[in-house]
Amino acid sequence: MSRVGVVALNTFREAVRDRVLYNLVFFALVMIAASILVGQVSIGIEEMVIVTLGLSAISVIGLLIAVFIGVGLVSKEMDKRTLYALLAKPVRRWEFLLGKFGGLVLTLTVNTLAMAAGLFLALKLVKSSADILEASVLVAVYFIVLKLALVVALALLFSCFTTPLLSILYTAGLYIAGLFVTEMRNYQSETMSRALQTLLRWLSYLLPNFENFDVMAAAAHGRAIPRALIAQNTAYAAAYCAVLLGAAAAIFTRRNLK
Amino acid sequence: MATAAIEIENLTKDYPFGFLHLKKKTSLEGLTMSVENGEVFGFLGPNGAGKSTTIKLLVGLIFPTAGTARILGKSISDISMHADIGYLPEQPYFYDYLTAAELLDYFARFHDLSAQERKLRVDRMLKKVGLETARKIQLRKYSKGMLQRVGLAQAILHDPKVVILDEPMSGLDPVGRREVRDIILELKQAGKTVLFSTHILSDAEMLCDRVGVIVGGKLRGVGAPDEIVGMKAQAMEILFEYAGAAAGLQCLLSKATQTGKRYHLQVAEGDLYATLQQLGSVGAKILSVTQVKATLEEYFMHLVEADRAQAPAVEVSGK
Repeated sequence: MSRVGVVALNTFREAVRDRVLYNLVFFALVMIAASILVGQVSIGIEEMVIVTLGLSAISVIGLLIAVFIGVGLVSKEMDKRTLYALLAKPVRRWEFLLGKFGGLVLTLTVNTLAMAAGLFLALKLVKSSADILEASVLVAVYFIVLKLALVVALALLFSCFTTPLLSILYTAGLYIAGLFVTEMRNYQSETMSRALQTLLRWLSYLLPNFENFDVMAAAAHGRAIPRALIAQNTAYAAAYCAVLLGAAAAIFTRRNLK
Repeated sequence: MATAAIEIENLTKDYPFGFLHLKKKTSLEGLTMSVENGEVFGFLGPNGAGKSTTIKLLVGLIFPTAGTARILGKSISDISMHADIGYLPEQPYFYDYLTAAELLDYFARFHDLSAQERKLRVDRMLKKVGLETARKIQLRKYSKGMLQRVGLAQAILHDPKVVILDEPMSGLDPVGRREVRDIILELKQAGKTVLFSTHILSDAEMLCDRVGVIVGGKLRGVGAPDEIVGMKAQAMEILFEYAGAAAGLQCLLSKATQTGKRYHLQVAEGDLYATLQQLGSVGAKILSVTQVKATLEEYFMHLVEADRAQAPAVEVSGK
């Protein structure tokens, strides 16, 4: 197994042993409660409500794990000095970073897939006439995984040069800003200078675009998601992650471990 | 010509500090030394002297401001060099969610060993460091001494040619220290090169072919322990009995240590004859005269005190 794979599997093992996957129990309880309640308060749109609720829960739980564990991926290893013995082995620093990234993305993927399985189970329990496209829900879940990978890459980058608290703030800030890139790009105002509008437009292209990963409405309403969007989001997430990980590696390979 | 196992040339490490990082603190200044193949080399120095800085530079945890170093002929920036070294960090801490066996297996995977070979080596190492019975306990339940043993096991797990140990005796009880000493001696017998830093000078005297003393970021002396202490001026100890009035020997008695009627007095070799004459003239009974063999500890303390008396070697200055 490659050195990246060894680090990734150990990161996954850490998440499992630190009981990160216990959140699945919470998710299961939410879905069971929702299935029972929704059946009584909504008429004919139970599946739509379940899909919206389920995808939102998957996204929020995933984001919390991605941010809070992501910011500690490197800084925790440096603080606890667990990194020292490892970096004396024949492993390059970028391999370590890529392994940590891969390990957390693997954890989030397993976690998301388990929650998605729970969501589909809830959908089976709530039988209604609404026409839900299971493929669209699956694509929405896939987009959540892509989004989480991007958030992990952001958190990892900040984790390489600043404190966990600031990393959380920066990652959360960029995530929130990334939800409004279209508005930022198209914002017109009489009071705003042309230079500022240009700057906003450039920023909207530079910031990670998280809007494109949100297809919850389409999935809930049973609309098909275009293949072009799937390809575009996959390529975008891969390219953006590569840039972020490259930057993280450039910083981390020069960093002195005191 | 055989290459030294570790060659260090003019290695310097500055740490910037201050709000804009415009000031610098020199942790290591122009270190030049070498460790020969198969040698056990002790790196001695007080806290903050630059021992750990040197070791971290050698294993690539920090980067030099100036100078170079090579291990087994390879630059310390060459990742392939890491396959031939074993490193025990100071006060080691490992993934506490793993058991000792899992941790060793994890580290072994970076050395391209087969699953069977990994298992064999992990078992052997756990036995060597006395953790066989604790192999399935998570490291979060380990004591400091047990962690030190795990650290030692991971450092020598892949049979490295050069073993670098940062304070290997730290946190160990006398039994643990003895075991570490035995392991270092075993490594020496197996032809390995060992560089270790320590505060425990008796261990260095017992184990090392050569020692280097570093104080204030500068290397102050290198040599075999018995050679290095010989560099300090020798003294003579006179044991005598004297029951007379102190007035005649006021000056000498004030320098002596008294035990009942007996006095221990240390004098420089050159002053011996005059002192004996003076003692004889007042009727003191000379019991013995012995040469004082300086210990490594005395030499070490002598260097540290000399460093404190002079301008500090660790300079803190603006750019």
